[in-house]
Amino acid sequence: MAGQSPHVGLFVTCLVDLMRPSVGFAAVKLLQAAGCAVTVPAAQTCCGQPAYNSGDDEDARAIARRVIAAFEGFDYVVAPSGSCAGTIKVHYPRLFAGDTDMAKRAEDLARRTHELTSFLNDVLQVTDSKAEYRAKVTYHDTCSGLRELAVKTAPRALLGGVKGVELAESGGAETCCGFGGTFCVKYPDISGHMVDAKADDVIASGADVLLGGDLGCLLNIAGRLKRRGAAVGVRHVAEVLAGMTGGPAIGEGEG
Amino acid sequence: MESTSRTFEDNARKALIDADLRRALTKLGHGFPVKRRMAVERLPEFEGLRDAARAIKEDVLENLDFYLERFEERVVEQGGQVHWCVDAAEANQAVLAICQEAGARTVTKSKSMIGEEIAINEHLEANGITPVETDLGEYIIQLRGEPPSHIIAPAIHLSMDQVTETFRQCHDGLAADRELSEPRDLLEEARAILRQKFLAADVGITGANMLIAETGSVAVVTNEGNADLTMTLPRVHVVIASLEKVVPTLEDATTILRVLARSATGQETSVYTTFASGPRRPGDSDGPEEFHVVLLDNGRGAMLGGDFHDVLRCIRCGACLNHCPVYGTIGGHAYGWVYSGPIGAVLSPGLIGLEEAGHLPNASTLCGKCEEVCPMRIPLPKMLRHWRTRQFDRDLVPPASRAALKGWAFLAKRPALYRAATGLAMRLLGALGRRRGAFRRMPLAGGWTAARDLPAPEGATFMAQWSRRKGARP
Ligand code: SF4
Repeated sequence: MAGQSPHVGLFVTCLVDLMRPSVGFAAVKLLQAAGCAVTVPAAQTCCGQPAYNSGDDEDARAIARRVIAAFEGFDYVVAPSGSCAGTIKVHYPRLFAGDTDMAKRAEDLARRTHELTSFLNDVLQVTDSKAEYRAKVTYHDTCSGLRELAVKTAPRALLGGVKGVELAESGGAETCCGFGGTFCVKYPDISGHMVDAKADDVIASGADVLLGGDLGCLLNIAGRLKRRGAAVGVRHVAEVLAGMTGGPAIGEGEG
Repeated sequence: MESTSRTFEDNARKALIDADLRRALTKLGHGFPVKRRMAVERLPEFEGLRDAARAIKEDVLENLDFYLERFEERVVEQGGQVHWCVDAAEANQAVLAICQEAGARTVTKSKSMIGEEIAINEHLEANGITPVETDLGEYIIQLRGEPPSHIIAPAIHLSMDQVTETFRQCHDGLAADRELSEPRDLLEEARAILRQKFLAADVGITGANMLIAETGSVAVVTNEGNADLTMTLPRVHVVIASLEKVVPTLEDATTILRVLARSATGQETSVYTTFASGPRRPGDSDGPEEFHVVLLDNGRGAMLGGDFHDVLRCIRCGACLNHCPVYGTIGGHAYGWVYSGPIGAVLSPGLIGLEEAGHLPNASTLCGKCEEVCPMRIPLPKMLRHWRTRQFDRDLVPPASRAALKGWAFLAKRPALYRAATGLAMRLLGALGRRRGAFRRMPLAGGWTAARDLPAPEGATFMAQWSRRKGARP
């Protein structure tokens, strides 16, 4: 591969596709700036996590099969989400544990798959950025990214290269926000209390903006901050790294 | 105890508005986890010890028969007896028979989760024998008629005022205006009362943190020393323990003890660690005349080698509860049965049935914090998923959830259709939400919008915009 640009298949993730496409474009921009050729396979929808986490292994497997097929042949597969990358990297091989041929393909995809910030920093060794963002930010370590993929230093290292960013760590950065995919739908009251505690923690950090690498969690936290009328913006870290912070923050309106 | 796991949602709702509980949980969240972290930081080899402890238990599970038989042999050699019990009923019967044989009227008890699991107190009471809990927390909840809300800190849900009130109500014959405003006062009062009970008891029942195959000893750790009085003062000592508690040697027991206290409370070691081996020998200055071990299976043997094998490594340290954000939000009682938190959500469906405890494996965000701190490296989230799969396969999922999931999966497997459906919906929602940026209310998402706004989508989906761009710049 020496001299050639790595070919990356972008796994957009269903939430970015539907709720905040700008994160997808930020990811494309970052990958291209790092010298990658980026392709977005049209046959993708979702990684299948809602089925998998609900015990519907049959549908989870059916969806996983499609993802595996759609992303065959890329040097790398990158997702702007620790949760979806974790599903592909950690859980797909488990799903096909009884099926040697599929397990091999799942393992192969798992090896090539990375969460965006980890790919940029750990694999491509990117540290600098041309972006500038004058704000005091705090970072929320999303659970799957942190505990399944050990994404902790990568986003911080990358943010360190953005001019103007001041990082104010919060005490509960590693505490779950209560999103949990289907959890927030099944147990909204408990989830609501958890995200309220998260909002307390974010506000206490004194930051103007909360950043993170998973849109599900960010929608949850932004939703609670907004309901409380807190003046803290919420963005996906890719937006800041790509210098694409012109539009409204998550949950902010245009007028 | 009667399970209330079926009404988990209601239990949780009540917990969320219980001000005393909220204060207690906040305190817990700032207590044990911080102490654990400090204890771990002070011991550089902690991670290695976790691996060693895990390996010990894995070996035990591979050779469980061997170690249990060895343990029994050693107990018998020392003049004790082992009673093998398949289920709770057999274990209750065995304990009752021993108590009746001893002519017992009251028995003292030190904290035992197996005692809770088989509901030994109810069984003894029903047969005219009075059990007295001697762990302070257990004693308090026994007075209140409540189940434990935490596996190592059973009364963690209570405030001091609630305890004071309970003592005033339950301790007859003491001056009504006595001083009970300091923890010290409560402790002294409980201690004075329990001292009488210790001396009066005919039988002492303890749990066991470990059973040691090499020596036939049982290891019991406490912070109050109550287990020592329970096992040495009465004439008969009964140990109730589940079979996976066995470890090969004293050396192995020490390795596990080193991770146990640190994980549980952040202590280097518990205040009292006692190894009891058999009844009193000639020349011993104290100890019981009889020594019984009631060994409980209750479905554990059947878990070996299956999906839930790893949970048999559990040493009941409570770290997974202390660090669980859901437990920290609702407390232990909401789970509705003896074991709460992540370990409870894994154990309860197996012990009281998936129909009964179906909520528990779902009431987790699968955040993975429990597995991160579990000293025995038990993959708790993976096992919660195993239960969810069984639920789905056995059609125990509510029909509406199942239908919604199936509908979504139908689309997710058909990209073109998915694109058409979601593309339209997002454009519509995007247009509706653009000005304010979020919705305060949303049909079908009332749960979400009760506590938070729903951020509006930007509009056209990524895939729609991407294919347009590609069209413009081939
Ligand atoms: S599952 Fe692990 S953390 Fe939880 S009680 Fe058991 S040993 Fe402790």
